[in-house]
Amino acid sequence: MILIRLLTQTVAFAFTQIWANKVRAMLTCLGIIIGVWAITTVFSAMAGMKAHVLSGLEELGTQKITVRGTRPDQLDGKVRWSDIKVNQRDVAQLREHATLIKNITLFAGRGMEVRSNTVVKPGVEVIGIEPPWHEVERRYPIFGRPLNWTDMQEQRDVCLINDLAIDELELANDGVGEYIQIKGRRFLIVGVVETREPPMSFGEDEIESEVFIPYDTFEKLEDWFWPRVSAEMVGTNMLDESTAEIDFILRRSRNLDPNWPNTWRVQGLQQQLDVINDSARSMTIIAGVLVGISLLVGGIGIMNIMLVSVSERTREIGLRKAVGANPLVILLQFLIEAVILCIGGGAVGLVFAQATTVALQTTDWETLTDGKFSLAQAEIPMWTMVLAVGFSAFVGIVFGLGPALKAARLDPIEALRHD
Amino acid sequence: MGAERVHALRGVDFQVEKGEFVAIMGSSGSGKSTLMNILGCLDKPTDGQYILNGKPTHRMSGFELARVRNEEIGFVFQTFELLPRASALKNVQLNLLYSRKRFMGSRRSAKAALDRVGLGNRVGHKPNQMSGGQRQRVAIARAIVNRPAMLLADEPTGNLDSTTSEEIIKLFEELHAEGQTIVMVTHEEDIAGHAHRIVRLKDGQIMSDHPTDEDPIHLAFIKQAADNASARATVTGGSQAISEFEEVAP
Repeated sequence: MILIRLLTQTVAFAFTQIWANKVRAMLTCLGIIIGVWAITTVFSAMAGMKAHVLSGLEELGTQKITVRGTRPDQLDGKVRWSDIKVNQRDVAQLREHATLIKNITLFAGRGMEVRSNTVVKPGVEVIGIEPPWHEVERRYPIFGRPLNWTDMQEQRDVCLINDLAIDELELANDGVGEYIQIKGRRFLIVGVVETREPPMSFGEDEIESEVFIPYDTFEKLEDWFWPRVSAEMVGTNMLDESTAEIDFILRRSRNLDPNWPNTWRVQGLQQQLDVINDSARSMTIIAGVLVGISLLVGGIGIMNIMLVSVSERTREIGLRKAVGANPLVILLQFLIEAVILCIGGGAVGLVFAQATTVALQTTDWETLTDGKFSLAQAEIPMWTMVLAVGFSAFVGIVFGLGPALKAARLDPIEALRHD
Repeated sequence: MGAERVHALRGVDFQVEKGEFVAIMGSSGSGKSTLMNILGCLDKPTDGQYILNGKPTHRMSGFELARVRNEEIGFVFQTFELLPRASALKNVQLNLLYSRKRFMGSRRSAKAALDRVGLGNRVGHKPNQMSGGQRQRVAIARAIVNRPAMLLADEPTGNLDSTTSEEIIKLFEELHAEGQTIVMVTHEEDIAGHAHRIVRLKDGQIMSDHPTDEDPIHLAFIKQAADNASARATVTGGSQAISEFEEVAP
């Protein structure tokens, strides 16, 4: 009880001391303020960036996984690439036996020359797909119809294009019903899907024209390609289970020697998320080092001013000791003052950071970056606030301790004689 | 360092009874500051004992001494030593801030102490809004607020003019009349005359220790003061010219 009263009195007194030297206190705290401000803003912006990328990914569905053939180093020369490629039989097995994935589709793409009646356009991405592709990619026709299994079975020369291709190939109307030529074959355009920019692009990958044809047709058209299987997990956070199931089915279907490693790899968007999280983590560490340095500098400022304060108030310390303050109380008094200075600085820094965050949130990123990049979801993470204030207090204690000890050790007689 | 050991005090042995008003006198270097510091528990004797109110302080740790200073001793300094930014009330409360027993109701007791020294209407004033005499009164209020066993005053009138000094010393006399034990260090004979006993130090030893009205040096001082007073009376009464001269002199 006495201790609490003593503490509140000491805190109150520390505030009056700081208030009496307002300008000095503010300048002293500048290091801490700027340190906390900068670092909190960085974290806030990082949170915004992560949210931006994540929302881009979630549009595609985090349940999406892909399977592609890979040749592990130890199988070099023991298997042919053609045995490793995912193929129709693999997919058939998966469709028949897999329970944890759905909407399984083979797909493969290649840049090819595409001709319309009026335009010859090289390097257009031609992609062979199967009907479930629409579900996996969530890309449905905006005009015309989707590809269906009949197109597959009859290996029809039909195709879908994205809406960008309508312009680039100078097609009439919405393009449906028109013909284009690929490798000398005429394809009837039966539908148009929306153009979508590749995920996680920051304006690097060009959005381009795409042509989608039945996978079976694609196989006939092109010799060298590397197909992948795309599918959707039936639930979230089950990449491990799904992978295990796929591995089991494919090992059996490919009849792999038990000692051999898998000749394919399953990848989920979850993994890409992990990559993002990893890079965010390393950025956090770098930022943490920076905050450490800036707070160190700020802390030295605090120590400096506390030393000044102790020598300025030597007589006062002497008096306090004379009227019965023991060394511990004096120590606490100066320590509390340093901690208040630091926490105050940290709090001001946080306020500035919040202001900056609000500025980021209200910035018109749409016009600024053409919608390619946005920090509108910037937000100061709770842990950052706690950490910033906690670390400020820690700095106060560490750097206030020296001056406080000096004050506590003063000899009252000497102190009272000081001028 | 090979520093020579200097004995500021040697073989000092005396006792102050409860309710006494003692003046300690001595020229500078006589050891009176050291004695003062030991009496105030700010310093410990290298050898010997100091028993305050039954407590053997020479055996105490720094923490215990701090507590004794808080509970048993009230300090009055020559230079007042008030916190410049704190009000009179806060200054008096400072003493209670570190008190275990009297922390509760510290505001009330601080106000009562200020009332006692005649500053009941100045509780909110800061030191720079008060005269020297008033500041010393605040300091005295701070010293008595803990009801100390001993009030220890170090040249309490050293920074005050003679009229104010008289007021302050009268306050000491009143406190003494109320039963407060007072030990006062001074080098002014006339101030020491208000005490009831004078201890004179010289070269770290007690030179004399007499009740005031039996102290030969003090008696001589009083006699001379009386002579001077009558002489001055003659001068002022005798000639108009001197005062005129004084006006021209500077």
